[in-house]
Amino acid sequence: MAKKPLLEFTDRGIYCAKGKFYIDPWKPVDDAVITHAHADHAYIGHKHYLAHHLSKQVLLYRLGDIQLQTVEYGESVMKNGVEVTLYPAGHVIGSAQIRVAYQGEVWVVSGDYKTEDDGVSTPFEPVKCHHFISECTFGMPVYQWKPQAQIFDDVNNWWRGNVSNGVATVIVGYSLGKSQRILQNLDLSIGKVYTHGVIENTNEALRRNGIILNPTERITQDTPKEDIRKGIVIAPPSSVGTPWMRKFGPYSFGYCSGWMAIRGAKRRRAADRGFVLSDHADWDGLVSAIDATGCECVYLTHGYTASFTRYLNEIGFNAREVHTLYGDDEGEEAAPTQPPPEGEEFTEAGNNNQKVSPKGGDLEGADAS
Amino acid sequence: MKAFAQLFLSLDETNKTNEKVKVLKHYFNSVPDTDKMHMLALFTGRKPKRQINATQIRTWATEITNIPVWLFEESYHVVGDLAETMALLMPQNTDSSSNKTLTDWIGELNELGNKTEDERKLWLIESWEMLDTQERFVFNKLLTGSFRVGVSQNLVVKALADITKLDAATLTHRIMGNWLPETYTYDQLTQEQGASDDISRPYPFFLAYPIQETSEKQKSADELKTALGDAHEWQAEWKWDGIRAQLIKRDGKIFIWSRGEDLATDKFPELHPFLNALPNGTVLDGEILSFQNGLPMPFNVLQTRIGRKNLSKKILEDSPVALIAYDCLEYAGEDIRSKTQSQRREILEQLQAATPFPEIFRISALIPFSSWDELAIIREDSRAMIAEGIMLKRKSATYQVGRRRGDWWKWKIDPLSVDAVMIYAQKGHGRRADLYTDYTFAVWDGDKLVPFAKAYSGLTDAEINKVDHFIKRNTLEKFGPVRTVKPELVFEIGFEGINRSTRHKSGIALRFPRILRWRHDKPKEEADTLDNLRALLGD
Repeated sequence: MAKKPLLEFTDRGIYCAKGKFYIDPWKPVDDAVITHAHADHAYIGHKHYLAHHLSKQVLLYRLGDIQLQTVEYGESVMKNGVEVTLYPAGHVIGSAQIRVAYQGEVWVVSGDYKTEDDGVSTPFEPVKCHHFISECTFGMPVYQWKPQAQIFDDVNNWWRGNVSNGVATVIVGYSLGKSQRILQNLDLSIGKVYTHGVIENTNEALRRNGIILNPTERITQDTPKEDIRKGIVIAPPSSVGTPWMRKFGPYSFGYCSGWMAIRGAKRRRAADRGFVLSDHADWDGLVSAIDATGCECVYLTHGYTASFTRYLNEIGFNAREVHTLYGDDEGEEAAPTQPPPEGEEFTEAGNNNQKVSPKGGDLEGADAS
Repeated sequence: MKAFAQLFLSLDETNKTNEKVKVLKHYFNSVPDTDKMHMLALFTGRKPKRQINATQIRTWATEITNIPVWLFEESYHVVGDLAETMALLMPQNTDSSSNKTLTDWIGELNELGNKTEDERKLWLIESWEMLDTQERFVFNKLLTGSFRVGVSQNLVVKALADITKLDAATLTHRIMGNWLPETYTYDQLTQEQGASDDISRPYPFFLAYPIQETSEKQKSADELKTALGDAHEWQAEWKWDGIRAQLIKRDGKIFIWSRGEDLATDKFPELHPFLNALPNGTVLDGEILSFQNGLPMPFNVLQTRIGRKNLSKKILEDSPVALIAYDCLEYAGEDIRSKTQSQRREILEQLQAATPFPEIFRISALIPFSSWDELAIIREDSRAMIAEGIMLKRKSATYQVGRRRGDWWKWKIDPLSVDAVMIYAQKGHGRRADLYTDYTFAVWDGDKLVPFAKAYSGLTDAEINKVDHFIKRNTLEKFGPVRTVKPELVFEIGFEGINRSTRHKSGIALRFPRILRWRHDKPKEEADTLDNLRALLGD
């Protein structure tokens, strides 16, 4: 009888039968190991959660009263004889790769990761293994990131320019991860940082967790518009185009995402500025990370899985495409599973409800009559 | 080139019209005059001649990027723009070492015509090495000749008008027609008195605004009265569905321009005799249609000869064309666009009455009507007239520039429509890159779904995202860039006309198909049938 693999892909998530636990399951299970606190990896409804210490407060904020055990990177937990160890994934604060070992066989589940040190999350560490389960959100060679210092120079210059033109500055990024990365890299000599409630809630959770973040001020109805105009607003993707954002007008709005690498994607989001800043590995990052594991087999869970799998096989890896429910769009943030606190102007309205003209952009001519 | 690449980048960095104009002015003020004219040519759709074919450019670019050909192709589908794909895939180069101007680059590009293939390849690879990513992108745009920049000609003209203190209509006219940036100088373009004596130059077209924005919001006769006032102040004509054209006779020479500013004189030899018979200094505006036995034929008949390089005898016999003239813009060598609609109409009627070719030089008949109610009833006959609806022109209107509200309106009839099932999907381009936005629709023929139309417009961005999500999770098969999708989603498809076709599996061809709405309420079993479509053929 063929030996059953240590980890298998089920309709609930990645499962370890030997250890009787799941990794990032999307349906309720008894025992869940969580790579990080983003909504498509940390679902509500499991009986027991295991995650990194630094994910604790955010998980409690997002999922409510859950039974949560947290550990340090490198610290092992035994589950029915199977050794589970967390290693830094560099994706967001508290994000982890999950190393699963049993009788000399080692599997690693990457969760989401990036290889660049963002100065906020614990940097990614390659972990040797036999089987590596990897994301490939940006698994196409057109995605090549520039060093973040360069991107933040652009961000700060843009902000400075807006202040001198008397225009408010709104920068958009995912509330856990991107927002803190932005916050910690802004040039605070330019002005003050204001936050949307959803982001400030996440910041507060992180501060409760002992993370030291730059000072921020939550925007309320009483925050004077003139003050906001001299500062910068950090807002989540879901707030784009809402009345909440429009009231800052006139404003310039910048979108931070890996998708901004492509002009079409940027134009679609109608951002004034697109900053190519991602919490996922770029093409070279993915290939080098996979190579560094020395794995016999790599499984691609989400992103451009088909093309990336084919490419890896052509260059000599043993790669397989796997179907999961993990998101592949870092622009579309799922709403938190808890309603926002009272009085907060969070709306879920979509950002792009205008009709698309038959031929697209304004250059491409009006209709053909 | 640095300035030109920066122009592109700055235009991309704002969505605000005023900012764009500012960026354009900054560009005009900072580059040599020859660069200004090249930029103007590119931004008004006058692309440089392709000196290297696209396959070679792709092949050489793929060699540099060090990835397999299939991955290059898939990257292209993700990016949706070839020039950008190549720029993104090449090894990053943050230092640009080239100080050549746009004029220099286009000059070098044009000289490639005389070079060998090896020399071209060498030139191309050396050029790529000299440029940074953004410059490469713009450079690749020059090479591939697809220059859509997200800025309308109106904005460019506005920036230029601000700088030169000339009015926008004059400038719009001066950049019409057939000119080359190598020979048309900035001084000629901007001198106070237009000394340009290009006899082929057309006038900017005056375009009508739709009187109703969407088919759901029908305008009643009463609303027309409120909006447009007294019916007696207006003239009405059928709205013909052909090729809008401007026809010129000057100094014994004739020119036929399409709305897209393509010189199409050779495409319509049937029109030459009547044009040659016109007095010198005449410019007409009208619609070119296929006619048979004195009756206009549906657009698809005309379509068979559009785009043909050689007009065979058979085509000329099957689809003979004539002009339905609407307007006269120049008479006896004088620009008469500032005369009223009625005055111009009178001149047009005189010209037409004098032609020895009345079967070819036709005139758009005025529809007699005395009230909006009466016209609303006449409009119901549009389809029988092979017309798209009715055109309304204010009798006192001058002939204006571009699409304007106020004096010319088009009052189209409702599109025909059927409910259809989406069965194939393909990724879009430009701002729809990497999203499934181009769909093929089918109707039932017994228990089979037969594809009958492709459409890629009419949904909101939010709807597109939902459909894209559905497609990615309900793909049955992949054929290159096309996905076969689980038949489930039903859409109402609107179209302007329907005709028999031997080229399509369904046996029918539609004119201007587009999505009217997503029928969440309809299961796929309740979509329309091929018989329902055939019934619309009306024969």
